[in-house]
Amino acid sequence: MKIVVTVKLVPDPNAEKKIDAGSKRLVRTGIETVLNPYDEYAIEGALKIKESLGGDTTVTIFSMAPAASKEVLRKALAMGADDAVLLTDPALEGSDVRGTAYAMAQGIKQTGFDLVICGGLADDGSTGGVPGALAEYLGVPGFTNCRQVEVAGGTLKVQRETDSGYQVVSGPLPALVSVTMAIGEPRYASLKGIMGAKKKSIATLALAALSVDGAVGGDGAKTEVRAVAAPPVREKARVVEAPDGAAGARAIFDLLKEKKLV
Amino acid sequence: MPYAGTDFYNLDAALSAEQRQARDTVRAFVDDRVLPVIEDAWLEGRFPSELVPLLGTLGVFGANLPEEYGCAGMDNVAYGLIMQELERGDSGLRSFASVQGALVMYPIFAFGSEEQRKRWLPALAKGEKIGCFGLTEPDFGSNPAGMLTRARRHGDGWLLSGSKMWITNGSRADVAVVWAKVDDGDADSIRGFLVERGWPGFSARDQKGKHSLRASDTSELAFSDVELPAQSVLPKSGGLKSPLMCLTQARYGIAWGAIGAAMACFEQALEYSKTRVMFDVPIGAKQIQQEHLAEMLTEITKAQLLAYQLGRLKDAGTMKPAQVSLAKRNNVDMACNVARAARRMLGANGILAEYVPMRHMANLESVYTYEGTHDVHALILGQALTGMSAF
Repeated sequence: MKIVVTVKLVPDPNAEKKIDAGSKRLVRTGIETVLNPYDEYAIEGALKIKESLGGDTTVTIFSMAPAASKEVLRKALAMGADDAVLLTDPALEGSDVRGTAYAMAQGIKQTGFDLVICGGLADDGSTGGVPGALAEYLGVPGFTNCRQVEVAGGTLKVQRETDSGYQVVSGPLPALVSVTMAIGEPRYASLKGIMGAKKKSIATLALAALSVDGAVGGDGAKTEVRAVAAPPVREKARVVEAPDGAAGARAIFDLLKEKKLV
Repeated sequence: MPYAGTDFYNLDAALSAEQRQARDTVRAFVDDRVLPVIEDAWLEGRFPSELVPLLGTLGVFGANLPEEYGCAGMDNVAYGLIMQELERGDSGLRSFASVQGALVMYPIFAFGSEEQRKRWLPALAKGEKIGCFGLTEPDFGSNPAGMLTRARRHGDGWLLSGSKMWITNGSRADVAVVWAKVDDGDADSIRGFLVERGWPGFSARDQKGKHSLRASDTSELAFSDVELPAQSVLPKSGGLKSPLMCLTQARYGIAWGAIGAAMACFEQALEYSKTRVMFDVPIGAKQIQQEHLAEMLTEITKAQLLAYQLGRLKDAGTMKPAQVSLAKRNNVDMACNVARAARRMLGANGILAEYVPMRHMANLESVYTYEGTHDVHALILGQALTGMSAF
């Protein structure tokens, strides 16, 4: 079985970030590029499936990123993935969610897959839109927000997180899943894994090698960022006084319920 | 927010991708697994042995030894960075890794038979087996050549008698690398032996009442006519030079490790100086505290550059033991001073276990003394400079 994990390379989530007023895009200069933290959970999910199935199951990392990104992909390989494919082409720059999903779908079709695993969203754009669009362009069922993924007898069984609990859903392969952080803490890249990653293959794919008949990149984007604004200043904290612990607990519960957090 | 490290001179840019990744993976491990438990373990006087299998899975033990024996095969700068991060957690944890890797796995690799290497190195790398290193004796610390432990020929093998003291991991070790004079010879007769737990006549007990390295086991080893089989000797060991070669490996790691302890203390002092208000302003706004911080940063940065170049020399195969002495001596002394300055900057809070400086400060007093005391390293440097021994 061939598992493909999509990963995005994002600016260090802990770095202070600025938006360029002209392009309305994130200023990446001087900020380290790292694996999207949510995608590390996708890699963990894939490695768990590989370990449970054994045999000839492989995990391939797939990323659409600038050509200089190979070093970051090595971290994914150091965690235990078998190889990586980097879809890179200057013409892809500025792709929106649709263009990204479309181009990645063409690359993943060429790479071959039985199961695609995505992180829930990217730390930079945070749209969470790519997994659904990617499933559509791949023409396979998409299972989003999965907290558990099992593959047995060629069938996929997942637990999907919902506001009130989780759903158990099954479907055929090939398929796509996106995972939540409940899939399990990403493993550390072991020192042997780090050394072994140097010897693993990172293939590059350019657009010319794919059958891309739709526009991608900035020119092909169907969406446009019209304005960028800082989030509103948080309201002052509300202090609720309660006569005793039980009443305090009730007040907290009511507040959480009002916010639909329980 | 993950720990970003003290890196005033952007040494990060000089590191290879593997070196950075090795450091980052151990750094994350220390943040996630060590820092949450180390304060209690230290107060309880308990080595956090639950971390050993995890460190084995990470590949920390003997990380600079070859892959064919189950090790990571990393370069020495990466190995040093690993030691730095472990000691940022606690000197006891780094001591465990130093002993396991540099003082047990290294001699088995360097002086052992192929059979000994294959039997022990993969298990030691995984942390499935634990080792200790027996050189120091109650009356022979800085002067190991005077050791009283003897291995006398007995049939095909030897009879081992004597005792060792200040042995890290001694009571939990599955195998002890023990150095003894053969047949009452002089220092040139010293050879290394692999002595296994449970062999009749071999016992170990912990030394209690330590004010330092409390999260580490320190033990006495006793050998009462222990029968050693012929194959227990490390065949390529010979003379005092052999254990001293092991110490050079361990001292190299200590030169890096001390930086980690200093970084932990400095950063806590820096953070504290920004938040602790006295006379209506953060104490960091006071010139006297800024001078303390500037001094700490300066000394840490110098130590980092020293360790980095030492690592490059080791990787190039040109590192000399005296260069290791200089780095161990300077960096541990630096860390002692930084820990003490940080402790003082934290005022009364600085004596509490919930802050790191006093724990590191107490640990570093051992590090100052072990693996060649500060003064012994001055004598090694003096001898290297003048050609005259002042021991």
